[in-house]
Amino acid sequence: MTTAISVKNIGKQYKIGAAETKFRYNMLRDVIVDTVTAPVRIAKAIIGKSDHRLNQNYVWALKDVSFDLEEGKVLGIVGKNGAGKSTLLKILSRVTEPTTGTVTVRGRVGSLLEVGTGFHPELSGRENIFMNGAILGMRRAEIDSKFDEIVDFSEVGQFIDTPVKRYSSGMYLRLAFAVAAHLEPEILVVDEVLAVGDAEFQKKCLGKMNDVAQQGRTVLFVSHNMSAILRLTQEAIVLQKGQMIMRAPTQEAVDYYLSSGQSQAGEKIWDAESISQIKGEFTPISLKVKERSGKIVDTIRSTEPVTLEFEYQLNTSITGLRVGLYISTMRGEYIFTSFDTDDASLYEKFDTRSAGRYVSRAEIPADIFNEGRYMVGVNASSFGVKRYFMDENALAFSVDISGAPGTQWGEPRVGPVRPRLNWKIEKISD
Amino acid sequence: MSEPATVYIKPSKGLSSLNLRDLWVYRELIFFMVWRDIKVKYKQTLLGMAWAVIQPVMTMLVFTFLFDKVAKLPTDNIPYPIFSFTALLPWGLFVTALNQGSRSLVAHNNMVTKIYFPRLILPMSSVFAGLVDFVIAFVILVLLMIYYRFVPAWNLVWTLPLFLLLAIITALGVALWLSAINVQYRDVNQALPFLTQFWLFATPVAYSASVISAKWQILYSLNPMAGVVNGFRWALLGTGNGPDLTLWVSVAISILIFISGLFYFRSMEKTFADTI
Repeated sequence: MTTAISVKNIGKQYKIGAAETKFRYNMLRDVIVDTVTAPVRIAKAIIGKSDHRLNQNYVWALKDVSFDLEEGKVLGIVGKNGAGKSTLLKILSRVTEPTTGTVTVRGRVGSLLEVGTGFHPELSGRENIFMNGAILGMRRAEIDSKFDEIVDFSEVGQFIDTPVKRYSSGMYLRLAFAVAAHLEPEILVVDEVLAVGDAEFQKKCLGKMNDVAQQGRTVLFVSHNMSAILRLTQEAIVLQKGQMIMRAPTQEAVDYYLSSGQSQAGEKIWDAESISQIKGEFTPISLKVKERSGKIVDTIRSTEPVTLEFEYQLNTSITGLRVGLYISTMRGEYIFTSFDTDDASLYEKFDTRSAGRYVSRAEIPADIFNEGRYMVGVNASSFGVKRYFMDENALAFSVDISGAPGTQWGEPRVGPVRPRLNWKIEKISD
Repeated sequence: MSEPATVYIKPSKGLSSLNLRDLWVYRELIFFMVWRDIKVKYKQTLLGMAWAVIQPVMTMLVFTFLFDKVAKLPTDNIPYPIFSFTALLPWGLFVTALNQGSRSLVAHNNMVTKIYFPRLILPMSSVFAGLVDFVIAFVILVLLMIYYRFVPAWNLVWTLPLFLLLAIITALGVALWLSAINVQYRDVNQALPFLTQFWLFATPVAYSASVISAKWQILYSLNPMAGVVNGFRWALLGTGNGPDLTLWVSVAISILIFISGLFYFRSMEKTFADTI
């Protein structure tokens, strides 16, 4: 097996701008002095001898990361925001240069860092396919030969000669992804693209990634979606504060990441930073797993009911809001979905929720879960209107099965649920 | 499938090589960028491509009124419309390059921060896209010459392409410098309108270079566009002295700006994605 990517001691240092001296304009005298000395400052800045440099702080976004990846392997990369995942991918796809270290890459790197780069709203779908293909490094003949396939995959069909500014956002994304997915590089780098599009299309994308992996090409996959990571990769690395702290089979790496990271202690609190991209109507506050006594727990007992509490703030009144929980296994298989207004009477009573702070509380009865670790996702939407918030991996909890049905045998039971069924045994004849 | 090429990624040190191999690999992208710029330029305009005609013609009319009818500037016995239009050809190319080229990196910052390609392609394609307007304007000049029954010298067949090349090198050189500086210091955006205007008056577009007194000629030729415009007039209209010392000074300055621009651009290229 040949090595596709060899990363050696890669480091990337970024400047974080400290207060620059040029912003101390508070006196006219300063302004004048500043203006007079401007030519000198500009000249210094251009030749790179800027004295501002002394005031700058540096931060290592990535430090001493080394790994080899064999051809045809699919590697997952997990880590919190700011752990250096994107920086690593940017270095591998040559968008930015490392400060230290070397990388040897065998083959063309196709990046799905951002699909649709270089799309021009005024150009038609057809023209953008050629343009985007060229930007991604495809030859014209190569695009020609794949053109029909790209159009089919994107499902834009008859709109192919319409300017893309008239496309719906879904069509736009599908077209963009279709071009990128047909690039067929030796090494594919994927970052969070699965967050786009509707469920049907996401399934298609995952399928495409599977194809790519099966064709023996190398894939690096970054996502916050643990179930996707688990489904698509056999091996993963965990990044923390710019350093690689683990490389292991995916299940192990994901377990480690989830137990060491934010998903700890049966409680998730959305801080201002993590929700900065969600503005407007809905602000999540916290999600808690509570046992019967009201204590927040990471491990619940399967024989006792458990309460999931989601607290949130509505900044305006919302009609038809439903707040839902998605429970899935760590492998990403859903176990069930439930919404707070599933019940007909609550549905009518909370037809419109005025602005304010709310808690949606669900009690999950005893004897549902089997032994293991489960993921809770939350979602707030108005059906068919808008999705206000979604976090597929908000929180994980473990289930302890002592006392559950069948534990007298001490063997693992298959399946994620472990219901206490109402067995009857009758003797019907001798 | 052929054996995939191996790429080594490491921090570049000092004056990095120009990496012309990558530029060759991505040559089709230059073509596509130029094609896109042209296609998009006059989209959703009522007059469309006519703008490529209207803009230089209007400038020529304004100049004719101001400098010919009102100020009565000498034009070496050439009808003023032809005289100024000949200069407006390379000047238009230069202004497009200066404005589009200098903003090209910042305007395409989503490309710069998302994918790899030789960054030189952006200012280059901005300059080349200006050539289409140049060709259209050139047709107008031919029509003007027919109207005034002006017969140019035959040797423009080889002199004109050379001066066009000089115009492109000058435009590209300035665009390389300014686009790279613009990535970090957006002051360039603010300075461009003023710079364009200043440069226009420092270049013999509206007037003849012969109005500058002899002792200032060398200093005047430090403006490479003066050499370009004088060259165009000499090639097309036969005015001026042809290649003399002042022209070689302009040529030397052009090449200096171009080469230094290339190296400056390449040395800053590695930080574009981080600072843009």
